[in-house]
Amino acid sequence: MYKYNDFDEAFVRERVSQFRAQVERRIDGSLTEDEFKPLRLMNGLYLQLHAYMLRVAIPYGTLSSRQMRQLGMIASRWDNGYGHFTTRQNIQYNWPKLKDVPDILEALADVEMHAIQTSGNTIRNVTSDHFAGAAQDEIRDPRPYAELLRQWSTDHAEFQFLPRKFKIAITGATHDRAVIRSHDIGIQIVERDGEIGFQVLAGGGLGRTPMIGQVVREFIPEADLLPYCEAIVSVYNLLGRRDNKYKARLKITVHETGIEEIRRMVEERFAEIRPHFTGVDQQILGEIQSHFAPPAYKDSDLSAYQAAYDDDPVFRAWVDTNVELHKRDDHGIVSISLKKPGATPGDATAHQMEVMANLAETYAYDELRISHEQNVILPHVNRADLPAIHAALKEADLAAANIGLVSDIIACPGMDYCALATARSIPVAQEIATRFEELKLAHEIGPMKIKISGCINACGHHHVGHIGILGLDRAGVENYQITLGGDGSEDAAIGTRTGPGFAYDEIVPAIERIMLKYLDLREDEGETFLQAYRRVGMEPFKEALYPEKAKQNAA
Amino acid sequence: MPRAFTPKVITANRLLEGDAVWLTADDRWSPNMSEAELIEDEAVAQDRLIHAQSQPDHVVGAYLADAKAGENGPEPTHFRETFRTRGPSNYPHGKQAEI
Repeated sequence: MYKYNDFDEAFVRERVSQFRAQVERRIDGSLTEDEFKPLRLMNGLYLQLHAYMLRVAIPYGTLSSRQMRQLGMIASRWDNGYGHFTTRQNIQYNWPKLKDVPDILEALADVEMHAIQTSGNTIRNVTSDHFAGAAQDEIRDPRPYAELLRQWSTDHAEFQFLPRKFKIAITGATHDRAVIRSHDIGIQIVERDGEIGFQVLAGGGLGRTPMIGQVVREFIPEADLLPYCEAIVSVYNLLGRRDNKYKARLKITVHETGIEEIRRMVEERFAEIRPHFTGVDQQILGEIQSHFAPPAYKDSDLSAYQAAYDDDPVFRAWVDTNVELHKRDDHGIVSISLKKPGATPGDATAHQMEVMANLAETYAYDELRISHEQNVILPHVNRADLPAIHAALKEADLAAANIGLVSDIIACPGMDYCALATARSIPVAQEIATRFEELKLAHEIGPMKIKISGCINACGHHHVGHIGILGLDRAGVENYQITLGGDGSEDAAIGTRTGPGFAYDEIVPAIERIMLKYLDLREDEGETFLQAYRRVGMEPFKEALYPEKAKQNAA
Repeated sequence: MPRAFTPKVITANRLLEGDAVWLTADDRWSPNMSEAELIEDEAVAQDRLIHAQSQPDHVVGAYLADAKAGENGPEPTHFRETFRTRGPSNYPHGKQAEI
């Protein structure tokens, strides 16, 4: 894991003391709210419906046990005893008091964390594959490049006042678990004739105008990563629309300008700035890479694991569903579900964070990850330790065996917390998960990604959900639109709207009708919902969703 | 024709705590919406809003929210404002735990 150097340490500490003084001046009246707001947003502090909210960056979703423990400590000391892991691999605290925030930031700095650039029109936290460094299908661990991008983008003088926020995601695997095609810049590590480089996409995004990122350059060599990204952001900074907030993201710039012209401008800018990158960045990359050496994997006798797997059906179900193949056969990648049916997606209590930290320290080479799907990952686990981990998770109410299934739902905070929301999302997720738990259909349905957003900004990634749900305010009443066929993987696709929306008390039955229709029309058990949808299209699902309309048409 | 004025309350979030509060007729900020001043006249509403916005040491983001007269005082007419009177629906946190 990356370790702060003296510069990082001093930078973060200085920012904490600056913010402490800013809060003092806000409270004593020498700063107005208009003056203070941009300063608090630069440090991740929002004002939401019921309280302030602090968004803490978890760079590329990677945490040590010490950091996870500290996140739990903060939750219990300064918040309501829990934290919310987000689709941006961050954590949000929903109840901090203004005067406590500098102390919280100080506590974060103690474990090499911060909330810098988690808001505002800057380059945000760089996200990545939550299986990075452990996945079987990986060409190269993307995290050193993510860390390089983080250092480059943090406090980058040219990019502190972009037209709008800017998101970068990077993956080193062939299967895209980082949704890179819905980021402003998506980076795919590739290998060409034995040389490592990157395929660079630009102009992806969700929100009110969803777009799939387009390839700007098929291959850039490793040493060109920073100047090439800088060229893209620089072109965007110049062209991006500052006249209309809703048209200010890079995706609109690419759409309006055309990818060929964007490519030409990026290449021109790249040629201009490339000579200024004299190799210092590569030297820094080298230092960063030394922090990301694989752990010293231990060999173990797997007979006890095998016996537990054969004898205990609950353990076996959990392993089959929540443990992914690791690049080493005797290890596994453990996903800890924060989606127990009925629970709030992405929430963990202080105690649960402590338990997960202890497990990482004892069994998982001290590493944890946060996934954009709002779960916690132990990326390297010797299979011999799985029974002990499962037992500890059961005790902490963290052993739900539902990764990738119908109850593993992404949901934004929605109108239960968020000032921008137009409807609730959390209770919809809770009720869908609870309903399918009652029906005992999760395994029958198989791979299923339901994603729920409580407003058009799409923090809940509804556009790329196999089933997407968007909560809106229709004449003062919550109303939910459904989209089908979205996909956040390497085959990225934006879902299609089924038709009119559903009232709050109609949305769960509507989702149930879609599932039953799928079970009814699939060719066999091996055909997933997404495959079936691609084969049969929207019509059969429409008929199931709007039976009255179907009857009228038939008459 | 301009739309008829509907009754309003003035609401904001407290600077230090961040919780939702409502302006009362005797110029206090109450955490309880039923204690709010229900304003039936547009000119008065604008006047009271300016008064509310001139208190940046106490509250942030004051605005006019639709409301109606209820048995125990003003009540919200929109679900967003209803949530602000009680807190989130997934945990018993916020006002529903305090009042």
